[in-house]
Amino acid sequence: MRIGIVQFPGSNCDYDCLHVIRAVLQVQADLIWHEETQVTGYDALVLPGGFSYGDYLRSGSIARFSPVMRAVTEFADDGGLVLGICNGFQILTEAGLLPGALLRNSALEFRCGWVHLRVESVKSPFMATYETGQVVRMPIAHGDGSYVADPAVLNRMRDNGQIILRYCDAEGDVSAAANPNGSIENIAGICNENGNVFALMPHPERCAEPELGSVDGLGVWQAMVLALTSVPLRV
Amino acid sequence: MSRTDTAVSDADLREVSLTRSEYERICAQLGRAPNRVELGMFGAMWSEHCGYKNSRPLLKLLPTDGKHVLIGAGEENAGAVDIGHGLAVVFKVESHNHPSAVEPFQGAATGVGGIVRDIFTMGARPIALLNSLRFGPLSDARNRYLFNGVVGGISHYGNCVGIPDVGGEVNFASCYAGNPLVNAMCVGIIPQEKLIRARARGAGNTLMLVGAATGRDGIHGASFASLDDPELSHRGVVQVGDPFMEKLLIEACLELGETDYLVGLQDLGAAGLTSSSVEAAHKGESGVDIDVSRVPCREEGMIPYEIMLSESQERMLAIVRRGAEEHVEAIFSRWGLHSTVIGRVTSDGIVRVRNGGEVVAEIPAHLLADAPTYVREGTLPTYLQETHAFQQESLPEPQDYNDVFLKLLASPNIASKECVFRQYDYSVQVNTVQGPGGDAAVLRVKGTPAGLAVTIDGNGQYCYLDPFGGGAIAVAEAARNLACVGAEPLALTNCLNFGNPEKTDVYYQLEGVIRGMVAACAALDVPVVSGNVSLYNETRGQPIYPTPMVGMIGKLESLQQSTTLAFQREGDVIALLGPQTDHCGGSEYVAHILGRVTGQVPSIDLDMEVRVQAVCRQSIRDGRISSAHDCSQGGLAVALAESAIAGGIGFQVDIPGAGRADGLLFGEGQSRIVVSLPEENLAAVRALAADHGVPLTVIGSVQGDAVVLGDTVSVPLASAQRAWQNGVAEALAAAG
Repeated sequence: MRIGIVQFPGSNCDYDCLHVIRAVLQVQADLIWHEETQVTGYDALVLPGGFSYGDYLRSGSIARFSPVMRAVTEFADDGGLVLGICNGFQILTEAGLLPGALLRNSALEFRCGWVHLRVESVKSPFMATYETGQVVRMPIAHGDGSYVADPAVLNRMRDNGQIILRYCDAEGDVSAAANPNGSIENIAGICNENGNVFALMPHPERCAEPELGSVDGLGVWQAMVLALTSVPLRV
Repeated sequence: MSRTDTAVSDADLREVSLTRSEYERICAQLGRAPNRVELGMFGAMWSEHCGYKNSRPLLKLLPTDGKHVLIGAGEENAGAVDIGHGLAVVFKVESHNHPSAVEPFQGAATGVGGIVRDIFTMGARPIALLNSLRFGPLSDARNRYLFNGVVGGISHYGNCVGIPDVGGEVNFASCYAGNPLVNAMCVGIIPQEKLIRARARGAGNTLMLVGAATGRDGIHGASFASLDDPELSHRGVVQVGDPFMEKLLIEACLELGETDYLVGLQDLGAAGLTSSSVEAAHKGESGVDIDVSRVPCREEGMIPYEIMLSESQERMLAIVRRGAEEHVEAIFSRWGLHSTVIGRVTSDGIVRVRNGGEVVAEIPAHLLADAPTYVREGTLPTYLQETHAFQQESLPEPQDYNDVFLKLLASPNIASKECVFRQYDYSVQVNTVQGPGGDAAVLRVKGTPAGLAVTIDGNGQYCYLDPFGGGAIAVAEAARNLACVGAEPLALTNCLNFGNPEKTDVYYQLEGVIRGMVAACAALDVPVVSGNVSLYNETRGQPIYPTPMVGMIGKLESLQQSTTLAFQREGDVIALLGPQTDHCGGSEYVAHILGRVTGQVPSIDLDMEVRVQAVCRQSIRDGRISSAHDCSQGGLAVALAESAIAGGIGFQVDIPGAGRADGLLFGEGQSRIVVSLPEENLAAVRALAADHGVPLTVIGSVQGDAVVLGDTVSVPLASAQRAWQNGVAEALAAAG
C-alpha cells in the first residue's frame, strides 16, 4: 500500500501528513510534486493544507491548474480515495471534485484553535471508523473556511449523506456560537456523491498522536487504510 | 574607477546617517575620500543596526560561553545550542520596530520574514515563531490601528510560511504610543553536522543571488532603524513581504543544504547586498567581487548605489562551489526561483563592486565590518529620584477587593491574549504539545523522547524603574517560565529596545539593564547566543521604557515530565514556592488600578531564584505536582486565577504573609511559583524544598467553582473567567 501526498508550491502540511502516514500508520507514502502528470502506483491521495501559490488569489484557484490535478481528477473519477485537508479542501472545490466553495472567514481573520465536530454521516469510506452523531475534537487553522453552496446543491448533499461533519459545541449542539468561520449550516467536511472524495477544514493529521492533545483525527487515517486493505489494491 | 574627491556636505552625510568625524575616519582609513556608493555602504554598515557602535562595548559584558553552546553570539546569523540526540537548535530574536511604526502590517510581516531567513540560512528548518509586542493604550485609535496591523501582518506571513507561532506576549503602555515594539523570534532545528556557515571561502567560488528581484524598496532601512523619529521621515523605506516566495526559499535552501554544492549561505537583511557580502567576506577572511549589472532588478535604470543598498525582501546570497552553479540553479528552478551568478570569492580581503566593466566601490571588508564604537557615560535619570521615594503605605487601600481583582484580570496587560494568538497557526508541523497562553510553549522533537520549551519575556516598566533589577528579572523570569513546564534552560537570545543612547540617561538605562542581565545569566548559568539591538526608539524626543526582550530555550529530557499552569483536580493542595512579600512597587496593580508607574521594583535574590526553579523542575520531573505557574504581572492573586481559569476549577486560599492585603495579593515579588499537587505528594515536595532552602507555604486547595482569597476576595470562577477572557476585546470595543 502506498499513499501519495500532493505537494504544491506553498503546501505546508505536506510533511505533517507524511509523518502521520509513515510514523503513526506505518504505511508507505511519498510526496508527489505538483508538476507530475501521473499518479500511478498510489492507492490513495492526500491534498494537504497550506497556502498553495501563496493563496494571493482565491484559495486553491491556481493550484487547481497544476499539471497533477488532471491525474488527480482521473484518479477520483475512477473511484480512487482522495482526502483534502484545509487548502486541499479549497483546491478540490476549485477543481470541481467537490461541490460548493470556501469563502473568507466571517470574522475576516485567520482562526486557529480547537473545535468540536459532530459526525453527520459516515457515507465516505474515510469515516468508517466513526459513528453518526459522534462528537470529536480537532484543530482548525484557516482564513478561508466559510463553506457555501446554493440551496439546491445543499439539499442534494443532505439527501445523499454528503454532509459529513458540522461544527458543534462539546455537547454536540450545532449552534451559531460553535461556528468558527460562518460556514453555511456549520459545515466542516463534505464528500462527493460516491463518497471517495472527502475533504474537511479541520486537521486530522494534527490530532493523531496522544502527545498532541487528541487522537480524534486518527480514525480518518485508519479508515483510509481499512478501505484499502478490504478492497483489491489498485495497480 | 571614478572617484569623487569633492568634500561631502552635511546633507550628504545625513542621508547616510554618518557624522562628520566618522566621515573623516573613513577618509583616513581608506587613504582617500569615498565615492557615493562607498559612502552609502559605510553608512549602512556603520549604522547602529548593523554595527552596534553604541552598544558593542556593553554587549561584550554578556556571557556567551556555556556547555551547550555550539555557535555563540556574533559568530553567525543566529546562535546554536546542543539539545542532544545529535541535534542543534538555532534561534534568534530581532526587532522590526521602526518599519512597524510606519506601516504596521508590512513592517511586522517583513520582521517575521527576516528572522525566519536568519534561521534557515544556517540550514535549520524553522520550527517555531514567537513574538513580543508593545503598543500604546488601546483607548487611542492610532494604537488600535498599529495593534491590529501588526497582529495581522504576523498572522499573514507566519501562517503562510507554515511555521507555528507558539508563544509570545503583548503589553501596553503610553511610552510605546508612537513607537510600538515588534520583536520576532524564530527557532530552528538541524542535525549538528549539517549546520551551514555564512562564510565566503575559497577564492574562485561563486556568489549567487537567489530569490526575489531587487527593487528600490527599503534603501537606507538600516540607517533608518537607527534614527529616532521614523514617522517624520523615510516613509519610502518600508518593504513589502511575500511569504509565498519565502516559503519557496525555505524549501529550496534546505534542499540545497543537503548537497555539497554549498560553501556558505547568507540572507539579505538590513543593508541588503552590502551587509550580506561584507559579512560573508569578513567572516570568511576573503574578499568578494560583485558585478551589480548582473543583479536582476525590478525596475529599469537602477544605479549601483540603489542595488547595493536595496532591502528588497526574500533574497539570499549563496556561496557555491565553483562548477556547481548549474546544479544549484536546477534546485532553485524546480521551486520556481531565480538564481543568478553575481560574482566570485577573492583572496584579497576587498569588497569590490563593479557595474559591468567599471569598478564602483573598492573597500577592505574589515573597514566596513568594524564600525567605530563609542563608550559613553550614563547619568542617573532624574525621574528615578521621585520613583524611588515612593512609599507604598501612601497608597489608598482598595474599598472593594473583588472589584479591583476583576479589573486587574481585565487589564489588557494581564487578560487573555487569545484574540491575538487565535490568528496565528500554532499547531502546524505537528510538534505543538503546549501552545500559546501558558508559561512557556512546549514542542516535541520528532524521533526523540525529548521536548523543547520556548518562551519570550520582558518587562519595560521594571527596567524603567530599576534598569539593573529589571534586566536581571527579565532573564530570571524567562528561566522561571521554563521551570514551570519542567524544562532546564539552555541559552537565551535577546533584543534590546531602548531610546537614543546618545542621551546620558538612556545610556544609563542601557548599561544598567545589560549589567542586570549579566548578573542573572551568571547566576542561572544561561549564556547569550544571539541577539539584536534596537536603539533610537523615541517619539518627539520621548524614549520608550528600556525594554529588553529575553527569548529562552529549555530542554525536557522527556515530554512525559512536563506540566501546565492549569489546575488538574479537585482536592489538590495549593502551595507557594518561594518567598512571600507584600511589596507592590512597580506593579501592574499600581499602574493599572492607581494609574501610577512608580516605586521600587521588587528585589530579586538570584541565589533564591535558582533554587526555587530547581525545586519546581525537580518536582515536575518526579511527577509529584499537577500544575505550576509563576507569579508575574498581577501577583499571587492573578497567578492563582489563571491556573483556575485554565483548569476550569476554583480554589480556596488563605492569604499568606504579613502586611496589607493589596500588596500580598497583587504585589509582584520575584522567585514565586504557585504549584498544585495531590496531598500525598506534599511531604516529598516539602522535603525537596527544605533541602534547597526554599520556602514552601501551603496556602489552600483546588476546589469548587469560586475564586476565594481569605476574607478579601470571593468571586464566581465564571466572573473571573469572563473578565480575563474579554479584557482585550473590551478595551478595543470600549474605545471603538
